[in-house]
Amino acid sequence: MSAPDTHKDTGPVPTTGHEWDGIRELDNPLPRWWLWIFYASVVFAIGYWILMPAWPGLTGYTRGMLGKSDRAELVQDLARLKALRGQQNARLTNASLQEIESDPELQAHALAVGQSVFGDNCATCHGVGGTGGKGYANLRDDVWLWGGTLEDIHRTLQYGIRSGHPQARFSKMPAFGKDQILTPGQVGDLTEYVVALSGRPANAAAVQRAAPVYAANCVSCHGPEGRGDPLQGAPNLTDREWLYGSTRADIQAQIHNGRGGVMPAWSGRLDPETVKALAVYVHANAAGQ
Amino acid sequence: MSENLAQQDSPPGAVALLILSAAGAFLGLMATALSPDPLFRLEGWIFTLAALAGATALTVGVANGRYRPDPGRYEDGVIRAGAIATLFWAIVGMLAGVLIALQLAWPRIFYFPEFGFLNFGRLRPLHTSGVIFAFGGNALIATSFYVVQRTCRARLAGGLAGWFVFWGYQLFIVMAAVGYLAGITESREYAEPEWFVDLWLTVVWVAYLLVFLGTIWKRKEPHIYVANWFYLAFIVTVAMLHIVNNLSLPVSLLGSKSYSAFAGVQDALTQWWYGHNAVGFFLTAGFLAMMYYFVPKRAEKPVYSYRLSIVHFWSLIFIYIWAGPHHLHYTALPQWAQTLGMTFSVMLWMPSWGGMINGLMTLSGAWDKLRTDPVLRMMAVAVGFYGMSTFEGPLMSIRAVNALSHYTDWTIGHVHSGALGWVGFISFGAVYCLVPWLWKKDRLYSNALVEWHFWIATLGLLLYIAAMWVSGIGEGLLWREYTPQGFLANSFVETVSAKHVENIVRALGGLMYLSGALIMAYNIYRTIRQPAPAVLPEASGPIVAAAA
Repeated sequence: MSAPDTHKDTGPVPTTGHEWDGIRELDNPLPRWWLWIFYASVVFAIGYWILMPAWPGLTGYTRGMLGKSDRAELVQDLARLKALRGQQNARLTNASLQEIESDPELQAHALAVGQSVFGDNCATCHGVGGTGGKGYANLRDDVWLWGGTLEDIHRTLQYGIRSGHPQARFSKMPAFGKDQILTPGQVGDLTEYVVALSGRPANAAAVQRAAPVYAANCVSCHGPEGRGDPLQGAPNLTDREWLYGSTRADIQAQIHNGRGGVMPAWSGRLDPETVKALAVYVHANAAGQ
Repeated sequence: MSENLAQQDSPPGAVALLILSAAGAFLGLMATALSPDPLFRLEGWIFTLAALAGATALTVGVANGRYRPDPGRYEDGVIRAGAIATLFWAIVGMLAGVLIALQLAWPRIFYFPEFGFLNFGRLRPLHTSGVIFAFGGNALIATSFYVVQRTCRARLAGGLAGWFVFWGYQLFIVMAAVGYLAGITESREYAEPEWFVDLWLTVVWVAYLLVFLGTIWKRKEPHIYVANWFYLAFIVTVAMLHIVNNLSLPVSLLGSKSYSAFAGVQDALTQWWYGHNAVGFFLTAGFLAMMYYFVPKRAEKPVYSYRLSIVHFWSLIFIYIWAGPHHLHYTALPQWAQTLGMTFSVMLWMPSWGGMINGLMTLSGAWDKLRTDPVLRMMAVAVGFYGMSTFEGPLMSIRAVNALSHYTDWTIGHVHSGALGWVGFISFGAVYCLVPWLWKKDRLYSNALVEWHFWIATLGLLLYIAAMWVSGIGEGLLWREYTPQGFLANSFVETVSAKHVENIVRALGGLMYLSGALIMAYNIYRTIRQPAPAVLPEASGPIVAAAA
């Protein structure tokens, strides 16, 4: 059907004689380098099968001459890691929190453990740097809702806040607006009162109207001067730290809805040594207390 | 006489299809009415309306005496529809891709809590299925119908069956896409559609196989051209993969939820046997078929080596089907299965490259055309990216490499060098060839716009791949770093924020690639609207009488 085709780069190579819609095919041989690399890859595969677990049979599989096993290696790796961590971890078990903090070597270990664990467990809410966000406490400052001593932090980590754990600390700010404990007008006045507590200019008339409402509803937790109570997780209203935001709208929303966040309990999810290390890490990176 | 007879003579296929459409509409309506599942009813309405539209169009057509086949001419209408659908879905699928890339780059800005269907988890399957099955699938169906007719010198078999395949496939795409956005999913990657959509695709796919085989059956050429081997391998294997991976038990025949027939690691292996061979037979074999017709045709050169095409075809087909386990390295999958997945992937390197050699060497003696013909250059670059990603694939299948690359952005980059570089470019090249032939124009509206498309898309693609290499390898290294005390050095969220710049570059690259497709759509639209030339190009003529 077609005459042998002369091809510029490959020399005069005949075609197969077939033609489809004007397309013809040259009868070039397989490229040598292609064929040899193909063979080499087959040889590599056969060699790998001989050395490593490869072919299944009826009752098992060929184990390979090297006797390698991923699962055995995983067990060894985990054991090695446990041993590496264990040398210092054993000391964490028996040391008190203060002892860990006062022993530089042990403290360095606790901080290393804490940093690693913090990143994968705490950073999701509190941020990689621990600076928190709206609704999530800042762990780098000197303001602590439930106390910022080493023991307080350790306790919060172990049992959480409002976590459902039997030893968890719990408090609940009422939803004054939503549950119609106060009228919208009273909530608005209280907002001005709280703004005034934090030392910012506020509507004096509203503040005056709100004073008895504050005394009747808020004092028991936030105190007469609004300095809060760490035993009840009641925040200090006179400082510049605001968990749910500092604007009038934020404050009004909080009085209206009375939100309370949940911090999970970590005992049972992390081993006691890790929780201790985490407490030391958080304490070391915070200011004050 | 013949005129009169033909008027009376409604093709039985069209009447049968009309009856089936009406029955389908009735069944759809009943299922919709009886189902307690609102998601199922949503899909039911789509199916019912589509079947009704089909029945109406067929009624009008049969009444007017259309659908009388002209055995002397090729069936080109369905291919024209396919070329337009290819471009339409390309833009939809790539737009979804750009949106989810922006969500990864700026998760706070592109987060729409009030529109749940725009969440990353809903859009991601829309993007992957949109580009693979809607864009790629339409390109494959349209080009296969073109190539099989020309290389067999036979009209498409089955009368209206080709049109059924086209519209049935669009219905599959719409039902799958609406389902993803509404929250219907089997949670199997690249096989997300639920059981009833899977069943519909099976019907369409079997029709496709029969149309293709029927056309080969009545061919007037003594031999079957290599492109048709690859198309046939693609159609047959995808049917097998689709059916086995989707074996499942519906909770109710009137509900959208089903559960897989497999469990645990066997389920995972079935899924990745499917997933990897979707790459092998959908994205490789199918598009190699496209290359084997459009590259020699456009370059006007003979295919480099017939022998190479035989050897690489059979070695590719035989070896590819084993490679799936490399997606499950270092998992619960037994190590021996991982070994087989890896070694077969390594052996797959040269069989894959056989296609690249045949594609590139076909251009020898025509290299000068790459300077002047951006369409041919686009296809040559596609073959180059095919070669690169089929080297990278076996490399990443090696367990030691995979330990670093698995689950990282490197995989995403690898997929996109194949998808944007190979699948995208070879399909664009084929459509650029096809449109003037099908609409009987002597040339494209603008070669300069093809140049713009080529360069914007190529640069975008390079940005995309480079960004994913950097972020993927960096991410892999960050994940495996331990402190001297034996703890992980980096938290996961730190490794995520470390990729911020790369994610922006990736979104930019994707946006550039999408812009190229938009330029192409404009160029194709203007080409179709061009006035017809005085002399018709040869390719659009009637079927040539058999040569002696």
